[in-house]
Amino acid sequence: MISDGGVTSVIYVCILRSIRYTFTEKIMSRLSLVILTLLFSAQAVAAELTVSAAASLTNAFRELAPLYEAKHPDTKVQLNFAGSGALLQQIAKGAPVDVFASADQVTMNQAQEQGLIKADQRSDFVSNSLVVIVPLQGSGAPASIQDLAKPAYERVAIGLPASVPVGRYTKSVLEKAGLWAAIEPKMIGAQNVRQALDYVARGEVDAGFVYATDAAIMPDKVKVAFTAPTQDPILYPIAPVASAANAGAAKSFVDFVHTDEAQAVMAKYGFGKP
Amino acid sequence: MADAWIPLALTLKVAGWATLLNLIFGVALGYLLARTRFPGRDLLDAILTLPMVMPPTVLGYYLLVLLGRNGAFGAWLQSTFGINLIFTWQGAVLAAAIVAFPLTFKSARAAFEVVEPQYEQAARVLRIGEMAIFFRVTLPLAWRGILAGLLLAFARAAGEFGATLMVAGSIPGKTQTLSIAVYEAVQAGQDDLANFLVLVTSLTCIVVLLVAGRLVPGRVPGQS
Repeated sequence: MISDGGVTSVIYVCILRSIRYTFTEKIMSRLSLVILTLLFSAQAVAAELTVSAAASLTNAFRELAPLYEAKHPDTKVQLNFAGSGALLQQIAKGAPVDVFASADQVTMNQAQEQGLIKADQRSDFVSNSLVVIVPLQGSGAPASIQDLAKPAYERVAIGLPASVPVGRYTKSVLEKAGLWAAIEPKMIGAQNVRQALDYVARGEVDAGFVYATDAAIMPDKVKVAFTAPTQDPILYPIAPVASAANAGAAKSFVDFVHTDEAQAVMAKYGFGKP
Repeated sequence: MADAWIPLALTLKVAGWATLLNLIFGVALGYLLARTRFPGRDLLDAILTLPMVMPPTVLGYYLLVLLGRNGAFGAWLQSTFGINLIFTWQGAVLAAAIVAFPLTFKSARAAFEVVEPQYEQAARVLRIGEMAIFFRVTLPLAWRGILAGLLLAFARAAGEFGATLMVAGSIPGKTQTLSIAVYEAVQAGQDDLANFLVLVTSLTCIVVLLVAGRLVPGRVPGQS
């Protein structure tokens, strides 16, 4: 038996519930609108130009980006650094990238074969060289590539040849010298050239293969033992990505890295002319 | 594809050792914090729980700086015992064990806290030694909670990526666990290998969860 008072209170609760329900609903819809606006508002401010660049270009491109933005105030440059192979995979999987700068021709060729870049706008914009570095605190340095096979060098940092250009250059140099089999067991694989540099700088490895430009960033921690001549010159290609959302800006950025102003910045970090 | 079994075996080895370390230290510290009171107990609890909330890369960096050749602890290990942990599978075990530690520690502490002290007091009345009480009374009563924590720790250790990559690198057959092998296969564009590795990982996880379900049933036998 439910008393009259009971029935009234049941109705009362039902009304309250329905009021609360619509009220919550209203709040939720307002809130989701606010959240969506907050999440996506950044994109509306300026046109974004996403540049995926090889890890070895990190410092130079960080200085280039504001220079480009000063000339194109309506464009905001987003920089994305990683091993060239990793960048290629991101683009191949549909990452919204506008410009791709790789540290070797092999990676860019793969991108071109898959139709990921605008081949007619591809160009080489800087050159680099491969060096062997050792920790500055360490005792002595190898005089030649043959020395790395000696037991004194227990660990050698090398970029992973499957995805990191510097590793690919290193492997071909070592193969040519007939030392790959001897040095591969000592190899500490790096995800990109900067990781190899970091391993040497921390003294976790006895030597490492990096670009001359990377070695130049940490003169207080690493020293260059010698330059390892590569069969082919190390040339960095750059190209607009075929699916670039911002095709005009992508082309203008590629043109920009060839200007004297940009080349001066690249030279400051040790990059040579192509 | 035979390559995929090497990272799998290595992952099981690393996760197995990490779980064993967790069993020893997680249970010991869980018991200590459940049963004793001392100044700084809450602080110690917070520190021991840190790996659960801190990004693995932060842990990895701590470990790299501490255990590296030039690190405070690493230099001592190297000069005293000739032990070096960076870029070794033992280093991967340490990273995985620390990341998974809070899962065991928290479960063990909670499990010990719900053990009725009367059982232990009864054992004491029967003049059973404290050590024997722990192994014959307290531990068996807390065991299920601990086991659940250990299984979670095993799964977490098997999936460890960030800290492991920083401390142990990615050396095939030595420190390249499944999660790192997947990452590298994707970076190198070897989608076939990545697909296979992902499948192996998923199946392994399902097996672990099924085994966990068997070992830790919803109800305790003997009680209804």
